[in-house]
Amino acid sequence: MKTLKSAGYLILLPVLLVALWWVGTSGEPNFFVPTPAQLVDTFGPTWFEGRIATDVLPSIGRLVAGVLLAIVLGIVVGLLVGLNRTLRALTEPVFEFFRALPPPVLIPVLMLLIGVNDSMKVAVIVSGAIWPVLLNTIEGVRSIDPVQNETSRSYGISGFARIRYQVLPSATPIIMAGVRQCLSIGLILMVISEMFASSSGLGFTIVQFQRSFAIPEMWSGIIVLGLIGVVMSFIFQWAEARVLRWYHGLKEVENAV
Amino acid sequence: MQSDATTPVAAAPAVPPAPAGRTLPDGQALLSVRGVKKVYHTDGGDIEAVRNLTFDLARGELACLVGPSGSGKTTLLKVIAGLLGATEGQVTLDGQKITGPPKKMAVVFQEYGRSLFPWLRVADNVELPLKNAGVPKAERKARVNEALEAVGLDAVPRSYPWQLSGGMQQRVAIARAVAYQPEVLLMDEPFAAVDAQTRADLEDLVRRLWKDLGMTVLFVTHDIDESIYLGGRVIVLSSSPTVVQEDLVIDLPDERDQLETRSLPRFTELRHHVYEQIQLAKRGHRPDGAP
Repeated sequence: MKTLKSAGYLILLPVLLVALWWVGTSGEPNFFVPTPAQLVDTFGPTWFEGRIATDVLPSIGRLVAGVLLAIVLGIVVGLLVGLNRTLRALTEPVFEFFRALPPPVLIPVLMLLIGVNDSMKVAVIVSGAIWPVLLNTIEGVRSIDPVQNETSRSYGISGFARIRYQVLPSATPIIMAGVRQCLSIGLILMVISEMFASSSGLGFTIVQFQRSFAIPEMWSGIIVLGLIGVVMSFIFQWAEARVLRWYHGLKEVENAV
Repeated sequence: MQSDATTPVAAAPAVPPAPAGRTLPDGQALLSVRGVKKVYHTDGGDIEAVRNLTFDLARGELACLVGPSGSGKTTLLKVIAGLLGATEGQVTLDGQKITGPPKKMAVVFQEYGRSLFPWLRVADNVELPLKNAGVPKAERKARVNEALEAVGLDAVPRSYPWQLSGGMQQRVAIARAVAYQPEVLLMDEPFAAVDAQTRADLEDLVRRLWKDLGMTVLFVTHDIDESIYLGGRVIVLSSSPTVVQEDLVIDLPDERDQLETRSLPRFTELRHHVYEQIQLAKRGHRPDGAP
């Protein structure tokens, strides 16, 4: 009963939106907005006859590589910077500068430096998606409770053990908030990185459809993007619930008091 | 400056000895505090939290440090724990000068909610210091179970600390300290944040653990009754800048009981005495010869 109810909540709004779309397109046909039926008809042939392997999966592969790299690099560098006052003072203005650069403007530069290949696209994703993770990790490490620090020190928990058993877990709630942003930025940059000097990939394909006025196909590509976003968000929520079970429980107790 | 007034002009520039707590002959003290001074350097100027503290703890002693609020009790405890460096003077444990947190010492903090790691379950919190110290797994498990049993929490090892009441959380922190098997247990106002009934239970728990395990305990509190009930000795601190105001032996029977002991005439006398000392300290009275 409970799962039925939550499933109902999950699909209620999507069903309503599709219904609205169906009603909206049922009158005079519009070249730029296909009907739901048209879209369903084009979806299969457009994607399931080869493009999944040649375009979608490589794109997802680059997205996953870029996002994972951004998360790992962001956490490692964030720990180093957050734990070291000097390093923090030194890097803060530089980080603000690089964070302010929109990653798309870096694409030509990265093309020159790395070449036109997968690494360049992954680099574009990392260059934009790393910031929320990096800055949140620094903040999370910086705002560690001094009593926790004293506890670790008095029990001789230092160095790598302290990072593993105290610093990282205590910063996880803030880091996870950064990871959430990192995922959506990663998806955007995956598309953008494929729009320049590219011959395959989801972003490339959608732009191709646009330029050749294959409007239903273009829309179906946009839907694929949206679905990838939804799946990523579910994976994230699942992971977050596991990693931060203690945190959500703690907050619940604190709010109940 | 003040000492100049009491020093005869012609005499050698010897400063009268600062008032000190009880000291023991060389080699007999487990914990030795000698002339400890702590000055915090802040942007707004220097703050002298502790001026000159000297006392010894013998092995197996349970001593309470009591003093008016702001008398530098916590500062002193952190210096002894090796968490803060002394500006002058030194603390030695077993003849070794303390320069950082020593292995044979455990601290129970007042803020149990912040001292326990909320991402670890009760048993994991107790186990962490042992794991870090490289204690073999089987021994670790045994010590964790033993410690949880000793504090009466063997029923909730899989709970998270924040699922427990304040008193139970502080028991977890005590279990963590006990499992670490320290020679010296430092407690910094550990029961200041729990309700009165829980507090009485916890006081008896500390007495029992101290007797059963033969640890040396230094218990910091602002509660006069608590210090007399718990301790074999009460060290009264002056107000800031802190010196030892009085070092008092508590000559109450060794078997303590919340009702019986607290209704003894001697308990009342001691309570009066310490209360007066604290009042004096609050008014800024300083023991003779205090720098």
